[in-house]
Amino acid sequence: MELDNPVGNSENFEPAVNSSSVRSAMSIQSRGSSRNSTREVNFGPPAADSEALSTSQKEISDGDARLVHINDPVKTNERVRLSGNSIRTAKYSIITFLPKNLFEQFHRVAYIYFLIIAILNQLPQIAVFGIGVSFLPLTFVLVVSAVKDAYEDWRRHQSDKIENNRLASVMVDSRFQKKKYKDIRVGEIVKIHANETIPCDMVLLSTSDPTGVAFVQTTNLDGESNLKTRYAKSETLSLFPEKESINGFIKCEKPNRNIYGFQGSMEIDGKRSSLGPSNIVLRGCEIKNTNWAIGVAVYCGQETKAMLNSSGAPSKRSRLETRMNKEIILISCFLVTLCTVISVCTAIWLKRYKDDLNLLPYYRKLDVSSGKAKSYKYSGWGLEILIAFLMSVIVFQVMIPISLYISMELVRIGQAYFMTRDTKLYDEASNSRFQCKSLNINEDLGQIKYIFSDKTGTLTENKMEFQCASIWGVDYGSQNADLGNEPVSVDGNILRPKVKVKVDPELLQLTRGGLKNKEGKHVCEFFLVLAACNTIVPLLVDTSDPEVKLIDYQGESPDERALAYGAAAYGFTLLERTSGYIVIDIQGERQKFKVLGLHEFDSDRKRMSVILEFPDNSVKVFVKGADTSMFSVIDKSLSMDIIRATETHLHNYSSLGLRTLVIGVRELNPLEFEQWHFAFEEASNALIGRAALLRKVSSSVENNLCILGASAIEDKLQQGVPESIESLRTAGIKVWVLTGDKQETAISIAYSSKLLTGDMAQIVINSNNRESCRGHLHDALVKSDKLMAMPGGANNIGGSTEPVATQIALIIDGTSLVYILESENSELEEQFFQLACKCSVVLCCRVAPLQKAGIVSLVKKRTSDMTLAIGDGANDVSMIQMADVGVGISGQEGRQAVMASDYAMGQFRFIVPLLLVHGHWNYQRLGYMVLYNLYRNAIIVLVLFWYDLFTAFTLTTAITEWSSLLYSVVYTAFPTIIVGILDKDLSKRTLLKHPQLYGAGQRNEAYNEHLFWFTMADTLWQSIVVFFVPLFAYWGSTIDISSIGDLWTLSVVILVNLHLAMDVIRWAWVTHAAIWGSVIATFISVMIIDAIPTFPGYWAIFHVAGTRVFWLCLLGSIVGALLPRFVIKFVHQYYCPNDIQISREVEKKSVNTTRVVGGGQLEMLPIR
Amino acid sequence: MPPETSTSSAGGKEGSSGPSSKKNSKKPKYSKFSQQELPAWKPILTPGWVISIFAFTGIIFIPIGLASLYASEKVVELPFQYDQKCIPSEYSNNAEAYIKSTTTNKTCTATFKVEKTMKSPIYVYYQLTNYFQNHRRYVKSKSEDQLRQKSAEEDTDDCKPEARTPDGQPIVPCGLIAWSLFNDTYKIKVKGKHLKISKKNIAWQSDQTKKFGSDVYPKNFQAGGLIGGAKLNESIPLSGQEDLIVWMRTAALSTFRKLYGKIETDLEANEELSLVIENNYNTYSFGGKKTLVLSTATWIGGKNDFLGLAYIFIGGLSLFFAVCFLLMYLFKPR
Repeated sequence: MELDNPVGNSENFEPAVNSSSVRSAMSIQSRGSSRNSTREVNFGPPAADSEALSTSQKEISDGDARLVHINDPVKTNERVRLSGNSIRTAKYSIITFLPKNLFEQFHRVAYIYFLIIAILNQLPQIAVFGIGVSFLPLTFVLVVSAVKDAYEDWRRHQSDKIENNRLASVMVDSRFQKKKYKDIRVGEIVKIHANETIPCDMVLLSTSDPTGVAFVQTTNLDGESNLKTRYAKSETLSLFPEKESINGFIKCEKPNRNIYGFQGSMEIDGKRSSLGPSNIVLRGCEIKNTNWAIGVAVYCGQETKAMLNSSGAPSKRSRLETRMNKEIILISCFLVTLCTVISVCTAIWLKRYKDDLNLLPYYRKLDVSSGKAKSYKYSGWGLEILIAFLMSVIVFQVMIPISLYISMELVRIGQAYFMTRDTKLYDEASNSRFQCKSLNINEDLGQIKYIFSDKTGTLTENKMEFQCASIWGVDYGSQNADLGNEPVSVDGNILRPKVKVKVDPELLQLTRGGLKNKEGKHVCEFFLVLAACNTIVPLLVDTSDPEVKLIDYQGESPDERALAYGAAAYGFTLLERTSGYIVIDIQGERQKFKVLGLHEFDSDRKRMSVILEFPDNSVKVFVKGADTSMFSVIDKSLSMDIIRATETHLHNYSSLGLRTLVIGVRELNPLEFEQWHFAFEEASNALIGRAALLRKVSSSVENNLCILGASAIEDKLQQGVPESIESLRTAGIKVWVLTGDKQETAISIAYSSKLLTGDMAQIVINSNNRESCRGHLHDALVKSDKLMAMPGGANNIGGSTEPVATQIALIIDGTSLVYILESENSELEEQFFQLACKCSVVLCCRVAPLQKAGIVSLVKKRTSDMTLAIGDGANDVSMIQMADVGVGISGQEGRQAVMASDYAMGQFRFIVPLLLVHGHWNYQRLGYMVLYNLYRNAIIVLVLFWYDLFTAFTLTTAITEWSSLLYSVVYTAFPTIIVGILDKDLSKRTLLKHPQLYGAGQRNEAYNEHLFWFTMADTLWQSIVVFFVPLFAYWGSTIDISSIGDLWTLSVVILVNLHLAMDVIRWAWVTHAAIWGSVIATFISVMIIDAIPTFPGYWAIFHVAGTRVFWLCLLGSIVGALLPRFVIKFVHQYYCPNDIQISREVEKKSVNTTRVVGGGQLEMLPIR
Repeated sequence: MPPETSTSSAGGKEGSSGPSSKKNSKKPKYSKFSQQELPAWKPILTPGWVISIFAFTGIIFIPIGLASLYASEKVVELPFQYDQKCIPSEYSNNAEAYIKSTTTNKTCTATFKVEKTMKSPIYVYYQLTNYFQNHRRYVKSKSEDQLRQKSAEEDTDDCKPEARTPDGQPIVPCGLIAWSLFNDTYKIKVKGKHLKISKKNIAWQSDQTKKFGSDVYPKNFQAGGLIGGAKLNESIPLSGQEDLIVWMRTAALSTFRKLYGKIETDLEANEELSLVIENNYNTYSFGGKKTLVLSTATWIGGKNDFLGLAYIFIGGLSLFFAVCFLLMYLFKPR
């Protein structure tokens, strides 16, 4: 039994990690990864590397363990009540919604500021606004956010409800009965049928398969669509809970979020066996290709690994917002200045009229109403100044733009909507839309200067194809290959591999020839290894023709799949794999091989091996692995010339951009086998340090191998990659490729993706120790200086015809990077950075995941430029999280990168429209919006401030309190949001045609200190005009406070809306509606406010609007205020236009000319 | 994690993906809105547009400015500042004592000449300076409810220190604004004949009907130890107290005029007017000036040249820019 199920005992079964580590087999430098592992980088899922797993194999102490009595939920829950299986993704309940939601919202500093202001306003001494009014703006934003949150939460409640009420078969009174998900308890036995979702985390007891295998699909958990195998323990396979009661318990670790780790032990009838990650099936996964499976619930509800993992990516803050926060501090200082001016003036005024205050008709400090002379509402000179200060803070509170935060949020939601809806960002192949996972950094997409890209799966498709092989020293290239997929007939059915592979006719001939000659023998053995030495599970898929079935190879590593398909094409078709044996169809002849043992892949050994017993009872070890690891275990004495030839071929393959694996074989004699078998059994059953033990065992057979040859797999470039890289480079973005692949492979891919071009000078740094690394860097710096000085090939960036310095490409390997990244801020790091800055392309090969993050952080630390990391695999997670913007590609390698990313998309080429179009728009929109919002809040504050200078500094507001608070949330908020979402400076077509336009974002053109100060100066001027024109026009007249206040209200609102209108580039109907609608809404609001008799300004607007002076003031002040801006805008746009303005004119002209030519021409210029 | 719940936040979009749902494509539906291709008007600042805009502004603004100036010129205004003139010479160094004293004679007479013919209606204003009717303490010191309805008589919270009499009776109308009601009176004689100054319809109709109750009568007003200004006839409801209503529409600026009354007859040029002023109101303590103003009105209101000048300036500037840009466009195109 044990022998039949060796894989089931293999403890380091690590589904998702495996796929990436297969890849890293060829890449990761062990030194690199181990040395650097001290660097703190936040991995999404816990780093499940084999070492970590082995340390976790320690015996669980009773305190940290969970005891589950099989089929006895009562006893299980006796001591501690374990979580039931109902889940809650909803954050709030009806009762907790208000306090919890408010608590979360008040995490924002701005909200607290406004709360403090509102509370201050409640003090009778300094009350400026009425109680209701003072809470109005804060309440408004709180309510808007709360409604949004409540809606989202309601939807979560709905889905929770559906989820909790789903049905599962649960053992009750020795029978399986339907039970709602939420009623399942830990310890209960659950039966799952094919294609059903697993309701909770369960330890498998038995399955429909006699060997206890169950296939699960984990798409919902980690996004990987291939099937994974899980095993029931042999001890429980034969137990039928329906007939006999199972007496036993499971001891396992406390719930944790590591979806790739599980450990525990099971004791049944006194017999103890260990449990590992391969024995547990997790909630949310689906059972496939297995009729049924029975398991014991061990983690339920919130404690399931799926639920523990449902947290989003860490939040980042955008560059623009960081800058904006700086300006807001400036603005706060300005606010304090204004308040200080008011309080100083108050101090002087009070001093001057000190003696008169008692009887001053408009002050009247003296209170004799009680019969005695008292002071009314006067707290002494000093305190009055303080009160004046606090009051002015309240009056001028809108200076800090509270509405800006909420509008930015809304605008970003709008932008995200457009990005996800963009049909150009939809990937047909994977049926995936663009995803915005982080809403805070949309505008950063418009300012990227560095892109760090993974290679495999990002630049390439990660759809591997078996390309050619070197067998026994002979290179079988595939120059004149034709497509072949050998159909195999089994039991009257024709089986056909799903994927067609190009075959080399010569090689095919050899395989057909079989074992007749020595050459053929090696070839056959080679393909046998390819077909057998893997963890592929063949699945039969029905086709429209009932006689023909497709063989779909399911496996975690795309390389393995490619090899299996390759072997099938040459007549070695893997037909069946169970834990005990495999069936391979060899040239039409079915052969069954017993699988005696399997040493899984790990990133230290970088190879895997399988021990097979042949039908003739001979035992062989098949090994495949990365060249570096394989050559050390090959018996060099056997066939030196073949090794040499293979090495040469390997070099050729990798310079063609192919991924290579070396294949070796060794026959075990009975003694060796016995020794190994004993050790293997022991290691597999060990409870502690199983992974390490198994690794040790593997080394006893993975040695003295006889080399068979090497395979080469092509990893095709993704569609549109060269064009994308060209565009990015024209846009002034530096593309760095960080790959785990070999240098030669990386360079060849770089050539084919146009990253490297022929006229570039290459600097290659490969060092084995720190000193040589230092030397290399130094030489490279000198060399690069020389190259830069000397004019090189034609360069058409920016369309300039001047000779430009030679472009330099830097190629560096992981080992050298180890020394560079060794210590922070080292001299080497600095040198490397300087060198890298001079190079237009940087290619880092053989880098470990943490090194990727290290390089990103190196660049981030030393420049203020924005960085973007793009990748698809688990090994890119650290880099994605480190970069300012992380983009995940939802490709072949699961969803870990996507989960950790800020944005996710289906193809690399989407990065071009994402950055050049959406990023550009987002940045331009948000940049303008921030400036405009600062302006619109500052202008009203300044108008209030100027008026205070004419009210003996007592903070009377002519603008009604309602208007001054509605101003920022109602009167002027909508247009800026609409413009922030919809306005486009240039069309998609233009932006894609001229990537140089992206430079505007890199140069911070939409929002910078210059613009900020210019805007503030303009604000000052506008506020002066809009305030003083009515003031002088009405000086010494009968005008009352409310009337002139209404005039100011209306003129400021119209002014800021016109100001916005002047800067709007595209007027869609929505824009018109928002801007003119706001003006009309303001008129209506002012009229409503003035129609309430209890307000002091009753009917004022109707009186004052009946006079002509009112309208003249309105018109005059607005025109006068906007005049300088208009002049400067025009002069700037016409006489020193920037790229964007030029392109806009070109765009307009081209549209006009096509119109002249005729309607038919218009179709030639589709707006993309 | 089951598909529906995996949605929490991050997994939402991929939740339903999987081989089974491959058929239902998630390709976003095309619409002009979602692809950001809504038809739009894309104006560009071309020299033609800009020059026309400036020229147009200039052409509109200068005539308006001229018309305003003309209208302002046509207004005949007779100001007579009397705060110093109405102080007897013996009190000239101690105006406050004079005005506060109950025994001094406050009547003061003066004559002045009508310079230009004034067509009726002629508005009689009093103008105060340095009087902060917009002071925060002052503006708030009234009770809207009490003024409006009899039932809210007790509602005097905002009115301190003129809320209640020492024995706790509410003052109607309460508060500093009412308390400080202006109480100088004017009589104007032309050729020895009293000119009728109409006090009707000097307040806003809206205030009289909605803000000041017709059933609210003054009560305990100016009855305390400190008299701030005019007393009210307790038999007239607040809605009829037009002087009070005018006074209580607090002025926006510290130099302001308030309508005292209207003269419904024309005044010929060079007519001698003799004024009889009861100089009661104390502005001396804070150096406020008091002026009696007779003024006619045109469409622009009272005399004010500022608006006309501002329009001419803006219009002129616009024309200047129009010409500049035109010249630049013609002689130094880019």
